[in-house]
Amino acid sequence: MTLMIDTGNYIAAKAAIMAKPDVVAAYPITPQTTLVEGIANYVKTGEFKGEYICVESEHSAMCACIGASAAGVRTFTGTSSHGLLLMHEMLHWAALARLPVVMCNINRVVGPGWNIWPDENDSISQRDTGWIQFYCSSNQEIFDTIIQAFKLAENEKVLLPVMISYNAFILSHTSMPVEIPDQKEIDDFLRKRKSKWKLDINNPITFGNIILPADYEKIRKDMQNSSENAKKLIPEIAKEWKKKFGRYHGDLIERYKCENAEYILLAMGAIGAESKVSIDNLRKEGLKVGLARVRTFRPFPKEDILKLGKQADLIVIDRNISVGSEGALFSEVKASLYDKSDTKVYGFIAGLGGKDVTYNDIEIICKKAIKGKVKDCEWYGLEGV
Amino acid sequence: MGHFHSEIREGIIVSSKDLVEIVFHGRGGQGSVTAANLLVAAALKDGNKGVQAFPVFGAERRGAPLRAFARISEEEIHLRSEIYFPKIVIILDESIIEIVDVLKGLKKDGKILINTTKKPGDFNFSKKYSVATVDATGIALKYDILVGGIPVVNAPILGAIPKILDRVTLPSIQAVIKNKWKGEGGEINVKATQDAYDSVEVNF
Repeated sequence: MTLMIDTGNYIAAKAAIMAKPDVVAAYPITPQTTLVEGIANYVKTGEFKGEYICVESEHSAMCACIGASAAGVRTFTGTSSHGLLLMHEMLHWAALARLPVVMCNINRVVGPGWNIWPDENDSISQRDTGWIQFYCSSNQEIFDTIIQAFKLAENEKVLLPVMISYNAFILSHTSMPVEIPDQKEIDDFLRKRKSKWKLDINNPITFGNIILPADYEKIRKDMQNSSENAKKLIPEIAKEWKKKFGRYHGDLIERYKCENAEYILLAMGAIGAESKVSIDNLRKEGLKVGLARVRTFRPFPKEDILKLGKQADLIVIDRNISVGSEGALFSEVKASLYDKSDTKVYGFIAGLGGKDVTYNDIEIICKKAIKGKVKDCEWYGLEGV
Repeated sequence: MGHFHSEIREGIIVSSKDLVEIVFHGRGGQGSVTAANLLVAAALKDGNKGVQAFPVFGAERRGAPLRAFARISEEEIHLRSEIYFPKIVIILDESIIEIVDVLKGLKKDGKILINTTKKPGDFNFSKKYSVATVDATGIALKYDILVGGIPVVNAPILGAIPKILDRVTLPSIQAVIKNKWKGEGGEINVKATQDAYDSVEVNF
């Protein structure tokens, strides 16, 4: 184990090469650029021995990963915002073809207006592609989640691609200390990918051929079943990691001071880390508030949310907006409780366009909810606009 | 900062009383971001478990005023927002004082370190705040630490910091510098940190 201090992107590059992918294909975009530069540098130093394919677009990057993954090898890529959106068609393809591609997405605003700062509309808008979605809140969690993601994605009971999202700049360009296990320990935890079937000239089989309605429906149901399997596997893999390396970031959600809480705050990504400071402050004031940081948006932890809802009223912060509806996490949380709990749920939109969300803002949001003075899905800090 | 945040309030962080927040003011190309990164790497070496360094989020342009941030704590840091109320302000380019409100949000017991040929008493705010000065540009020129003809002042500035912040030691700063720049380049930068450390002037 060594202690390394570096930015989220360089830590992600380190994790990616330690997972020993056979193929990396990527196209640079701010703020993901230093992630792929980091991997390119490992090609130069000889530490990355796989194939690094330079492509002309993100759509091609995902296509290259799909082809390589179908050939039975481990693949990794990274992107952000418009790059992710350009991949959209191929994201569906990777998931429906049941290819365990692992990808980092650095959450960045979608334009116009042109903006390179963080919010989550890029990945939230890919919600229904069939990808498993993690949201990280520290550089250590980025490292640990990337390694765990390969193990999860490549498990026969799952075989779904995994997207690991983390906030632009707040994590991608911030240096933090990270414990890096030895390569041998990683190799023990994450074995070489074994593919049941693959593109093989010696054993030709057909992929993605025409399929009639009744069978297609079965494919969709199988994906749904696999996603449910992932729900069980994510905690198991997290536990195994904890046993081996002593670190744990939660499973589908991370609970922080939820014991005897009368209100539980739900948030994702960097806001989920900043919220811990707010919770400490609110507890000091005697307010019984806890935090449930949602780590996986897909599969959605609806059983966990229901448990929390039976214990406390819920406050949700979304750094995204489904225009015409409300914050995506807010919707999903309420749906998890429907008909099973009469818990109050307060929704807030905050931090769109990269607007900073401080611990103080989060305390104000919580106090507002505790007073019960909240409109349905309120835009924090935008009153009167 | 206005475009990032509509209203900024100073709060208390009950869980991390030992937290030190530092803002660097420099110009693109002077090495402010590298300075912030090396400072926290040294702080980590000195046993501070929670450290963080980040640039102001956005595009860096050569010569334009920019900020970089550093946090140092004994515990893991959960904060992810920008620094609005620093304990220490470090000014790598004296001319920025005229165009940026470098004292904005500085805590009452805050300290300011300035790269200048002047003395602490030459600055009006030295009556109110602890001020330290060091001729980092002069030291960079003495050791010919130039990139594209511009003196890079991050090494001498780093050398001066242990004089105003006891959480970081000069040997740790020198060790991370040697690790960053191998060979002769590293040795020259280490000499620059020593010169700076020895020549800091303070009003406190």
